[in-house]
Order: sequence, then C-alpha cells, then structure tokens
Amino acid sequence: MRSSNSQFDVIVVGGGPAGIASAVSAAQSGKRVAIADDNPALGGQIWRGETVHSDPAARAWISKLRESAVLLFPGTRVFDQPVPGTLNAETLDGRVAFDYGKLILATGARERFLPFPGWTLQNVMGAGALQALVKAGLPIQGKRVVVAGTGPLLLAVASYLKKHGAIVVAVCEQASRASLAAFALGLFAHPGKIAQAWELRGELAGVDLLTSAWPLTAAGNQILESVVISSKRTPKRIACDYLACGFHLVPNTELASLVGCRLEGGFVQVDDLQNTSVPNVFCAGEPTGIGGVDLALLEGQIAGLAAGGHRAAAENLRKQRAKLRSFARSLEKTFQLRPELKRLTTPETIVCRCEDVTLSKLRPHGSWRAAKLQSRCGMGPCQGRICGPATQFLLGWAAESVRPPVLPVKLRNLTYESDQPKGELASVM
Amino acid sequence: MPEQIAVTVNGATVAVAPGTSVAAAMMIAGASCRSSVSGELRGPLCGMGVCFECRAEIDGVAHSRSCQIVCVSGMNIKTDA
Repeated sequence: MRSSNSQFDVIVVGGGPAGIASAVSAAQSGKRVAIADDNPALGGQIWRGETVHSDPAARAWISKLRESAVLLFPGTRVFDQPVPGTLNAETLDGRVAFDYGKLILATGARERFLPFPGWTLQNVMGAGALQALVKAGLPIQGKRVVVAGTGPLLLAVASYLKKHGAIVVAVCEQASRASLAAFALGLFAHPGKIAQAWELRGELAGVDLLTSAWPLTAAGNQILESVVISSKRTPKRIACDYLACGFHLVPNTELASLVGCRLEGGFVQVDDLQNTSVPNVFCAGEPTGIGGVDLALLEGQIAGLAAGGHRAAAENLRKQRAKLRSFARSLEKTFQLRPELKRLTTPETIVCRCEDVTLSKLRPHGSWRAAKLQSRCGMGPCQGRICGPATQFLLGWAAESVRPPVLPVKLRNLTYESDQPKGELASVM
Repeated sequence: MPEQIAVTVNGATVAVAPGTSVAAAMMIAGASCRSSVSGELRGPLCGMGVCFECRAEIDGVAHSRSCQIVCVSGMNIKTDA
C-alpha cells in the first residue's frame, strides 16, 4: 500500500498564511513540497476567497506560491497518521496517503463559541463564519447584523459586512473600554497594527460600538429575530437578521496531538525553529499561540526554512518573532473572557449542539471524559471541537487525548486502499 | 454580472453566482440544514468545516459539509429538515 503513496520531502497541513509561507520557504531549497488543506481553496480563513486580494501581504505570498513548485491538495483533510511519516487524508473522491520527510502543521484556529439561550437558532453563527458565508455568496445587502463576542476579529468582520451592504446595528465587545485602551496604547510598539485599527475605526463610523457588552439571549421562531444585549446594566433588545458572535479563537491542535506533539496551556510547544517535541514535525501559526497573520507568516517562514535545511536563515528571523509574540500576549490579555460570561449558559441551554446536551445534564459529571461517556457530550460529528472549548470555560474541563480518525471519515475510506493523490500547481489556481 | 448557475435544493431550483458554497445556496433557498436530535432546525455555525451543523446530502453523498463545497451547475442538494 505504501508504494502507491505520494512522497514529499515536506508536507504542510493547512493552506492559510502560515502554511503558504512554510511551503514557499521550504521549496526554496529545491525540496519536494506539498500543501494539504481542508478548504476548497487556499488562503485559510483570513485570506479566504480572495484570489485577487487587496491585502498586499496576501498578494505577495500568493504570487510567490504561484511561482513555486509547491503542489497543492485542496479539499483534502488529514485524518490519521497510521505510522510516523505517513498521513491518510480524505477527499471528496476517496482516500489518499502521503509519505513525508518533514511535516509542518499549520492548522490554524477556529472561533470559540459560548452557549447562551438561543445560540442554536438559525442565523446565529460565528463572526468569522458570517464573513466566510458572505465571501461564499450569501447576500448580506440590507440585512441587520449584530456583531458580538470578543477579539480583534469583531471589528474586521463588522467593517467587511458594512462594506458589503449590511446594516451593522451594533458591535458588542465583552472586553472593557479600559482594557481596550491599554491594548491600543500597546499598539504603538506595532505601527502597522495602529494603521489597521485606525482604518477600521473610520470604516465603522456611525456603528454603535459597545464595550463591556455581550449577548444575553437570542430569540426567534426557529430562526433569529432579535438579540438581548447586556450593556451598562440595562439589557437592550435589538431586532436583527444575523447575530455574528465569536469569542476570540481557539487553536486547532487535534492533528498535533494525534502525532504526539507536546502541548502547553492548550498550545503546541515549539522551540526557536518551530520544532515540536516530535522529531521532523514543525508547527507554525495559531496552534502555537493566537498571534494573528503577521506572526503566522513569520513562524511559517521559520518552519519552512528550518524544514528545508536553511537553519541560519531561519535563526535570523527569531528576533522579529519575539516582537510579534509580545503582540500575541497582549491580545490574550485584552480579550480574555470575563467570568460573568459563565452565567450566560442557563441549565436548559444546549451546550453540545451535535447531541443536544444541556448544561444541567453535564453538571453532575466531574470531567470531560465522564460527561462524554454518560451524556454523549462531544461524541457527535464535531468531536467536541465546538463544545470542548465551551465546557473548558464553563466547567474547567480539559479535553483528553485525541484518537484517530481526528475527523469523521466515511467507512470505506477507513478500509479501502488509497488512491494516488492528484495535486496541482498554484499557477493554475 | 457573471452568469448564474442553477442548483436544486430540496427539489426547488436556485440560481447562484459562480463560487457560491452549497451552505450559502441553502440559505438563499431558505432551507434549514438539518433537524437536531431534539428537533431544532439548524443552520451553519462555524462556516469553516468544523461544526458539521451545515451537513446535507449533496449529489447523493450524505453528511457532506455544505460550507466546504462549492456549487456546481446541476448539483442536487437535499436536507433532512
């Protein structure tokens, strides 16, 4: 079976900024490099659907990728590593397998969701999720949107939606004004970020920007009609068509855990050259710490150069990485969840959406494992990716070891032999 | 205006712009993605292939994540809600 596997010197899992920078940097040394990505197109969540991009960094990296010999495997989701050095992945057509010399994990992050009454209604979704759907063709012109939760993504999403004709009724950030002000002051160390923040502020002129505010309940008959916002102690009901609500980001570390990488504080532990605790396995971008696109690009370059054997060039970027990591730390501090948000989830609120398990059914269990076994929480198709971070915040439960397959896979793809994967060059994208 | 492509959602024809995801097409058609274990109608949550709320039957393949699949002319989409 191994003989039919595609062989690569370097496999990058994830085609966002960190993955693209990794692959381009690794390929500079003439190595045979491939990117496998779950999404139908490369770019990750931040550069999603933007082949002709207004962001100069995106444009530059995508054009470097197009000039490179990196092979792309979009719509390919890695679900298992049967033996070190081999990955199994599922595509729309079947199963493929890759053999690698070095592996770079650039699996990105997802939004954190907190359960509150009404969060399972249709049209209540993540902030990045609504943006992704609009990029994927959902008409937003004239729709009333409340953007809520926490993190720098909220303003970016609000601005994007407004530009595309949405009526952004309010942006509710749970962090306090004081904490945001401290963060803004800290931006002086990062001039590029100030320009971005300032631009967003201008684009959002006329939008109600609330701080220390969060959604208490969402209401509607199967589909969202209004949301009640807690702000300055007086709850306020706002009629809207969409609630775009995400509480910052959580790293996608499942694949890293599966291949045995050590995690610390929920993030993949890496050294100065993005090496994980597992030999020949590197990690770059959000899984090592939520730091945004600039840090992801830099970590990607370091990982790619190191994996391609350009150790000295990789070492030269360490100082820059330290500076960007300080920005990541300030992000974490500014947008940490306030304890009041734990009270949003009532006993009747569904926490696990796959299996419809409410908070009252979870409370009696002392751990994630006990709750899984006895309530089916986390046993549905998302495998705890949505409810796991929520129970961690609400109940202090830590998710446990990851087992293959890391994603639901069609039975025939677990048993059948792999097809030869068919990659494509970025120049044909 | 680029040419629209036609897909079928629960038997009804919907015209969408090229590049539209199946999840977006289902929302345009006013279709719920699925009915939950306790009977709630659900729509997309994460928009990036993680939550599986948007799963639907696409050209006969059950439980396909509709947010990760781009509409192709003539595609047949069915939801269980």
